[in-house]
Amino acid sequence: MFLDLTISVLTQGLLYALLAYGIFITYKILDFPDLTVDGSFPLGAAVTAVLLNRGVNCYATIPIAMAAGALAGLITGLIHVRFRIRDLLAGIITMTALFSVNLQIAGSNLAVPREIDTVFTSSLTEKLTGGAPLAVKKLIVAVIIAVIAKIVIDLYFRTKSGLLLRATGSNGTFVTTLAKDKGSMKILGLVIADTLVALSGCLVCQEQRAFAATMGTGQMVFGLAAVIIGTTLFKKLSFIKGTTCALVGSVIYKACIQLAINLGLPTNLLKLVTAVLFLVILVVGNVRKGAHENA
Amino acid sequence: MLELKDIKKIYNPGLITEMCLFDGFSLTVPDGEFLSIVGSNGSGKTSLLNIICGSIPIQRGSVTVNGEDITGKKEYKRYRNFGRVYQDPAMGTCKDLTLLENMSLADNKNRHCGLGGAVNKKRADFYKEQLATIGLGLEDKLHVRVGSLSGGQRQAAALIMATMNPIDFLILDEHTAALDPKTADIIMEITDRRVKEMGLTTVMVTHNLRYACEYGSRLIMMDKGQIVMDKAGAEKQNTDTKDILAMFNAISIECGN
Repeated sequence: MFLDLTISVLTQGLLYALLAYGIFITYKILDFPDLTVDGSFPLGAAVTAVLLNRGVNCYATIPIAMAAGALAGLITGLIHVRFRIRDLLAGIITMTALFSVNLQIAGSNLAVPREIDTVFTSSLTEKLTGGAPLAVKKLIVAVIIAVIAKIVIDLYFRTKSGLLLRATGSNGTFVTTLAKDKGSMKILGLVIADTLVALSGCLVCQEQRAFAATMGTGQMVFGLAAVIIGTTLFKKLSFIKGTTCALVGSVIYKACIQLAINLGLPTNLLKLVTAVLFLVILVVGNVRKGAHENA
Repeated sequence: MLELKDIKKIYNPGLITEMCLFDGFSLTVPDGEFLSIVGSNGSGKTSLLNIICGSIPIQRGSVTVNGEDITGKKEYKRYRNFGRVYQDPAMGTCKDLTLLENMSLADNKNRHCGLGGAVNKKRADFYKEQLATIGLGLEDKLHVRVGSLSGGQRQAAALIMATMNPIDFLILDEHTAALDPKTADIIMEITDRRVKEMGLTTVMVTHNLRYACEYGSRLIMMDKGQIVMDKAGAEKQNTDTKDILAMFNAISIECGN
């Protein structure tokens, strides 16, 4: 029982870590609170659910869902940069529009029937994992994808473009004097972030075998919490990469929620607990910062 | 050659706080000139630099660089042949990155920023060489986060980074104002050397009348969006801080200050 729960929590934490990577890029690197996430996460899921039901190969749904997420990030970026709408509002506009778009894509809440193969049950996964139980298969696939994504992101931040993205969030004026368009860099950052978020949505949909119109609610807050938990935990260890922080934060967060449910918390109260937990994390972070400044 | 023609600049147009700073302002800076601009707060010095660089829009007039009208050109594109150093040492560098990463970014100024490696280790020696010329020991701090350097060190690094690429114009926006007097002197020395070595056309705004007198080939004083003193060549050489201060006081008295 305990082992089963641990495997399930780890799988959830890893699949949602992809979303947390996205938040890490927008919130920590770009200093952009990207609310698009609450729309681009279910967008990835909606696209995936429809494609799977139409008989599209489960692996082919991944790039398509990612492209949809990229488009969502692009729209938020264009609204913010070209029309000069404030960052939060730009995200809210896209998120609100996506709620309807997602319902248009999927029709309504949509299930993926058992007989359709997902990346967790495909013959390739079967070969890779042998006769392992489904829960273990899910965990292995989640580990592989979360680690590959982490490595790719870490490598990206070592390229010229990645370094410029980091500079954009830190000092936009500096980027301008380097004769580079900081607006384009912000858009690029949002595209990358929402691509990751939609990838997360795609995999969560395949894992749950369902798309729900409301599955995006509170995902941005979750992502922020994961990133802040991770970075607070590893504050003293500067060699730990931001993506690692996001991954660990995501797993810890999912574990906390699972624990709360096991202790008898009604699922109706889940978002309330999420919000309170997030507030506590922020306040604790501030208190620690304050103590540091006074020292 | 840098030419400003018939510039009109209104802040908050249409609002009750509307303020017309420039109306019919013109200025020509020939190639190779080192122009110092002095003037009280609100006289339009920094606005002038912002108009040159395209940081703020103007209502009328034109900005021409080497015969090309750049009035409608985006700010970031103008920096392809402009270098700019700000008053705040935090503006010219990126505090979260190491000095090596900052130098690498500056090195890529006019190149495409794609998926190539950000830091070219082979260039590190060149960066060290550049940093060594300023004599602040920065060449040994390549792997230090720029945020933990002192204001003077950051400003020196910003100056090197702004002039690392071939540029035509150097824009200095009170770049010594936030530094202690000794460091300010060092930075001013380095600036003068860089400008001479690279033959840069320079526009420097300063509150330090001594620097305005000692350095540069031309000096203008601004007041309420107009040039009230313009000295170049031998006339500039014979000007000392007392003359400028006298003029400065005369303007202030008119204002009733």
